[in-house]
Amino acid sequence: MTAINHHIPDPMMAAYAAGTLPHAFAVVVASHVSLCTQCRAALEAHQNVGGIVLEDTRTVALSSSLKDDILSQLDAPFTPAPVYERSGVLPGPVMEAMKGRAPRWKKLGMGVRQDILTADETGSVRLLHIPPGQAVPDHSHNGLEMTLVLQGSFSDETGHFGVGDVEIADETLEHTPTADEGEACICLAATDASLRFRSLVPRLLQPLFRI
Amino acid sequence: MLTATLDKPRPLSPVPPASREERENLSHRKTDVSQQTVWMLAVRDNRDREAFAALFDFFAPRLKGFIMRSGASAHLAEEVVQDVMLTIWRKAAQFDPHRAQVSAWIYQIARNRQIDIARKEYRPMPEELKEEPGSEPDASQILAIEQESGQLKQALSKLKPEQREVLEKAYMGDLTHQEIATQTGLPLGTIKSRIRLGLERLRHELKDLTP
Ligand SMILES: [Zn+2]
Repeated sequence: MTAINHHIPDPMMAAYAAGTLPHAFAVVVASHVSLCTQCRAALEAHQNVGGIVLEDTRTVALSSSLKDDILSQLDAPFTPAPVYERSGVLPGPVMEAMKGRAPRWKKLGMGVRQDILTADETGSVRLLHIPPGQAVPDHSHNGLEMTLVLQGSFSDETGHFGVGDVEIADETLEHTPTADEGEACICLAATDASLRFRSLVPRLLQPLFRI
Repeated sequence: MLTATLDKPRPLSPVPPASREERENLSHRKTDVSQQTVWMLAVRDNRDREAFAALFDFFAPRLKGFIMRSGASAHLAEEVVQDVMLTIWRKAAQFDPHRAQVSAWIYQIARNRQIDIARKEYRPMPEELKEEPGSEPDASQILAIEQESGQLKQALSKLKPEQREVLEKAYMGDLTHQEIATQTGLPLGTIKSRIRLGLERLRHELKDLTP
């Protein structure tokens, strides 16, 4: 694996560790950490701080029956939550977001395809499939946009992004990410607001495309 | 010797007869490896119920306090405590003392459970790292993590009360990620070098595990 150069900024990692990052971004952070030793170490250091906070929390007395209740359940049968393994270039958290299914690509125009994994009022996360040499449709965003490369690479005004790299952009960044020559570029992209793909879809149609 | 005693901890049974050298190692182990880690390894490796009960006595009243501080009723908090304690028992195999303090591991389980309840869906988590089958426990690494964590705890205890308050709120999930970015700058700045040291150790450890 080539070296990862663009990582999760520390405040975002702290928010992820504390569980306050919006769901769509949490999928991207979990996916990046699955690929990146450096950020896994950062995450675990934050969890260590969380553990210290827990240790130092003032105790509250328990109901007298709680301990026996729990001890009596140790042998009770239970169904473990399914574990979604990495599949090809798709990390476990992406497979989990898709409940183990294969990507269902929908045409977005200019050879670009997408599969929306989750979308709600806090944001959306999607897979993008961009042919080599193709620009990601000209877009602007209202809020934060986070893009993780899973296959191939892309470049824009701010730099070059290969497998494992994360680009974080806000509304101040006007950029035109373009897939590099070679393999098609597959990205995981999260936004906390609708992306506006100006060149492809008239504004009025955007609700239909959910972008 | 140290490695061997850590491999199969017997915290609550009589210490078997040992050579002088072994005895010295054992007492060394007792002063350095925390009681919590010894209990957790006994749960993980020997399914030791007494050790689990000891973990319950230490963590359950803290977990209840921790969960109630973010606004849960005493009743709901005990339900979450029950889920968390049963998860500790069922997922004990995933505990890795080379990378995490017991409290950090439990912190993460507790936050997962709180978020799952709030969102009524799973929280995205990174792929689990799998230890090489048959890999020997590395006592010096376990001790290093414990010592690092002890120093981090000390650094945290020196924070001004208002800084400490912000930090606690952040890791309890009571701040948005925006607030964390703007507010934790201060307290996190003072412990940054500690975290960095911890990171270096973790990173070193993780290199051997990453696929
Ligand atoms: Zn990283």
